[in-house]
This record gives sequence, structure tokens and C-alpha cells, in this order.
Amino acid sequence: MLRYVVRRLLVAIPTLLAISLIVFAILDLAPGDPTSQLPLTIPLHIRENIRESLGFNDPFLFRWWNWVRMMLINEPIELFESFTNTCIGDCESRDRIISWQSRSPAMDTIYQRLPQTMWVLGLGLLFGVLLAVPIGTIQAYRQYSWFDNVGTFVTMLGYSVPVFVIGPLFIWLFSVKLGWLPTFYKTTHDVQITSWSSIWFQFKQLAMPVGVLTLFNAATFGRFARAAVLENLNEGYVRTARSKGLSERIVMTRHVVRNSLIPIITLLALSIPGVFGGAIITENIFRINGLGQLLLLSIGQNDIPMVQSLVFMFAVLTVFFNIIADVLYGFLDPRIRYD
Amino acid sequence: MTDDAEATNVSTPAAGSVVEVHDDLGEFRSLRGDVWRQFKRHKGAVLGVVLLTLITFGCMFGPILLPFDTKTPVVLNANRGPGWPHIWGTDNLGRDAFTRGLLGGRISLAVGFVAMAVSILLGVLIGVVAGFFRSLDGILMRFTDLFLSLPLLPVLLVVIVLFRDPVQESLGDGLGIFVLMVLIIGGTSWMQTARIVRGEVLALKEQEFILASRSVGTRPMRIIGKHIVPNVMSPVIVCASLGIAIAILTESAVSFLGLGFPLDLPTWGRLLNEAKDRMSLNVWLVAGPGLLLSLTVMSVNFIGDGLRDALDPQNRSKG
Repeated sequence: MLRYVVRRLLVAIPTLLAISLIVFAILDLAPGDPTSQLPLTIPLHIRENIRESLGFNDPFLFRWWNWVRMMLINEPIELFESFTNTCIGDCESRDRIISWQSRSPAMDTIYQRLPQTMWVLGLGLLFGVLLAVPIGTIQAYRQYSWFDNVGTFVTMLGYSVPVFVIGPLFIWLFSVKLGWLPTFYKTTHDVQITSWSSIWFQFKQLAMPVGVLTLFNAATFGRFARAAVLENLNEGYVRTARSKGLSERIVMTRHVVRNSLIPIITLLALSIPGVFGGAIITENIFRINGLGQLLLLSIGQNDIPMVQSLVFMFAVLTVFFNIIADVLYGFLDPRIRYD
Repeated sequence: MTDDAEATNVSTPAAGSVVEVHDDLGEFRSLRGDVWRQFKRHKGAVLGVVLLTLITFGCMFGPILLPFDTKTPVVLNANRGPGWPHIWGTDNLGRDAFTRGLLGGRISLAVGFVAMAVSILLGVLIGVVAGFFRSLDGILMRFTDLFLSLPLLPVLLVVIVLFRDPVQESLGDGLGIFVLMVLIIGGTSWMQTARIVRGEVLALKEQEFILASRSVGTRPMRIIGKHIVPNVMSPVIVCASLGIAIAILTESAVSFLGLGFPLDLPTWGRLLNEAKDRMSLNVWLVAGPGLLLSLTVMSVNFIGDGLRDALDPQNRSKG
């Protein structure tokens, strides 16, 4: 198992390199100039010096390799150092990717923003799957019952009404009309475990963004859970289990649901890029200052190093979750052997 | 509907009159007819076709037929709630929200259909080439996997922002952004089609009729055109119908974030983007375009489901 994980991690490196090349190339080939935002009074030769100092006149592959070196070698070392409070080599003067806008390392801003995104996304995904699997299972178990019909309709609804329609409508209903929940997410709110009112406030401000994402995820995964369980219910092993005299509960939980989780996990891994896309929209609607919000902001400010780092971060997270999904297969399906 | 199915079921013993027996034996059953018969049985799909047709025609002709002018602002008429004659009220410039909603549908639907066509063309091309030519298979599939692990919406946003100005300069404001949108949405949504098509082609390639065709000296290009492509059409049609939903949703998402179509070319996403800050005045500014968008996506999804059922030979033979 360990060997498999290590091999997957090694295979991920060329993928990430290729992604970084694409991201770098798109932003690099695009028309645009880092000095275009500067005041017009700056003379041309100084502009040229600024461009030179930003390394803009170096050959493309050289700049790309420089970027990769900073992103894939320097940044992880920096992260390790800040966790362990150590200093490896020249920790004072190591090259890092500097944001054009904030003039500070881009990754530092990203680390500040990451927790908000992960909380909202993670909870939305978790609740979505926790809702989808039991509902999909009951739907499949009682196929064509009223529960199944209502469930199918509701999942189709949740699947078809996009986040950016239901989000504003939620705000209108719960914040404007009913006044129950705050309209936007207050990031400066400091959650204190000892204070109930603080936790309650955090709960209230997470309710809508997480709720919207939960609905969408539950609908997506519910459809697949139902289909997967339906397929498994017709398998021979279910008949065998029943004829052995196992109770229906055991047949369903130990056999059918466990086997149905395999395609659901595949889907979960495949949907991770889409989930990040949803995060951008959710964060925009509810004003959560996570990674998605940062991306939109940086795009607006023409802050290319930040955009490159962010898109690359999204790609890293995607690849990482794919590996986790593959490792999870092994636990769910003993037939899959990693060697 | 059930009578129809009974009558066409060849295996049903003809217990009735002589006329029925004659019908049973004599009826010609085409593939297309079978598919249509199965499709009609899927209530959601039929509802989807009706709704999608209604919305499409509504968006095409509604703004012409409705007596409201959306070009000139009438400030005195601004921010009306829903009522008569403005069933969804008016926006902040006094323009009829319903007419604007239908106008928005024109571009959204157009982007949806054209981007789907681009995506399907790319997907079929890459899938067929990868499946048919073994030497290109590896590299094309790695390429597909790479695209699948790209975070698409961020990349999409970046590309649109970076290339919007030059494309608009060379093609004009409206057409420029339309072409860019369609190419980019199509260019980032072909992977699923390519994978499915490749799988089908790999299976098809080993069948006898392809071997026969090859052995009489048919050129590869002709085999692909005459035998391979027509035989992979079923899954492609399903992908196409679902692709419309994805394309419409993507366009709306980008426009919702304010990075897509400009203000004077409303799309559903753009309307939502404008309206979300004013919905305390008139919630129909959000609910209206949202409803049209959701209904369209739902119809297309239902049609996709229906087509999947109808085009699956196993389902059809159950009759």
C-alpha cells in the first residue's frame, strides 16, 4: 500500500509539471504587461528596467523553470520551516513568488485564505454525501415508490438549479425577508470554543453557504448513489447473502452500500475540480474571503503571479484528492490490490 | 401509449382479430421509430422537450411580440414590483424584466448550442483518433486526463479575461465575446465525450464488418466516416444533450461573476449578476432569469436521461 501511494505521488509530479506549464503559458502568452497598471508619468526606459527586474525579458522556458523551482521546491521548504520553526539553508533570502499587488509572497496570502475555503467546501461536501448515500439507498431499495419519485424529482431540481440562482434566493428569503441569518460571511469573526454565542454566530454565517453547497452535492451524488445501489441490488451476491439468512439491514449496509460506495468515490474524486469552481461562485455570493474570492480579485487586478499560484494550488488539490480516492478504493474493495 | 407498445410488440401473441395479426406481422419497425417510442415513454423527457421548445420559441419571438421597449430607460417606471403589465416587474432603469429575461435567453441558448457543438466535434475527433490509431492513443489519453485534472472554472476565467480585449478588438464587441466564450467552453468540456467515444471505437474496431471493410481495401478515413462515426452516434447524442446543460451553466457562471458578456448584451447569468444586489427591491429580477435558466437546464437533463434510456438497446428490447 505504501509503495502504491509513493508511486502515485511520483507519477503526480509530471502531471503537475505539465499543468504548471499550461497555466504558465496561458498567462504568459496572453497580451498584458506588468507595468500597464503603473502611472503614465513613469518614463519608458524606467518601465523597461522594471520589466527587466521582474525577469520579463528572459526566455520563456527559463522563466517557467524559475517559477517551478520557486513553487515546487522553495515553497514546500518554506511551509515545512514555518510548521517546525526551523531554518534550512538560506531561509532569509530564498526566492519566493511575489504578488504584484501586495508585494508579499503570494503563497502567504493563499495560506491565509485556505481555511475559509476548506471549511465551506469540506462541510458542503461532507453533508452532501452524508445526505445523498442514505437517501439514494432508500430510493433504490424502494424503486418507484412515492419516496423514490419525490426523491428523483428533488435531486433533478437540485441538480438543475445552479448555485448562483439558489444562493441569492436563499439570501433574499433567510436574510432579507426572515432576518434569521447574516447576508455575508464575516471572516474577522474569531471562533472561541468557550463562548456559545461565538459558536452560534459561526454556525449561522456558515449555514447558507454550506447549505447551498450541500443541496447541490446531495443532488449530484444522490442520483449516482441511487443508480449504483440499483445496479448492485440485482447482483448475484445479494441473493446469496439473503439466502444465507442475513437480515435485510446487514445485506444492505455490509454488502450493497459498501459496494455502491466505490463508484460514488470515483465520482467524488472526478467532481473535485467542479467543486472548486462552485467555491468561486459560492464565495462570491456570500462574500467569503477564500481562495475563489482571491482569484477573482487577482484577475481583476492583473496580479499574474497570484493567479498562477492560485490556479496551480487548485490543480494540486485536485490531483491530491484523486490520489486519496484511489487509496480509498483499496479499503472499500479488497479485490483491488496495490503492488 | 401502452396500446401502441402492445401493438408493436412482435412477441405478443395475437389473440385478437385478424386485422391485428396482420398489423403485427406487417409493421415495419425502424431503429428511429423504436428509439422514439421508448423516448416517449419517459415522461420527464417529453416534458423536457415541450419546455425546451417553449423556452426557445419564447426567447426567439417573445421580445418581438411583447410591447415593451428595452432599449430606452424610463426612470419613472423603475424598480416596480411584479404586477400588470410587467409580470416580473421592472429593473432599475424601468425596463420590463420579463422581456429582458427572454432576451437573455437568446444569447444563453445560442452559447449553449454552439459550445456543445464545438465540444462534441472536439470530443468525437479526439476520441475517434485515439481509438482508431493505436500510436496516438497514449498521448491523446494522457492529454485528456490532464484536461480532466485541470481546475476548469479558474482556467476559464483567466483565459476569458486575458483574451477578451484582443478578440473583441478584432471581431467586434458582441461577436468577439461570443466566439471566445463558445471556443473556450467547448474547448474545456470535450473530455467526457472523447473518453466514451474512444471506448466505443476500441470495441468497434475489432468487429468483423470493420475487418471486412478493411480487407476490401477501404481507406482508414473512409472506414471512420462510413462505419465508425455512425456507430458511435448513440452515446454522442446523449453527451450532446448533457453538454448543452453544462455549456449554459458555465456561460451563466462566468457571466454571473461579471467576466462574461458585457452589460448591453444580457444573458441569464449577466442578469443575475446585475440583479443580485437589488433583489430586496424586486426578487423577480433574480427569480425570473433563475427560473428560466433552471427550467432550461432541467429540460435538457431530462431529455438526456430519456435519450440514454431510449438509445440503450437493452432497454429497447424489453419493449
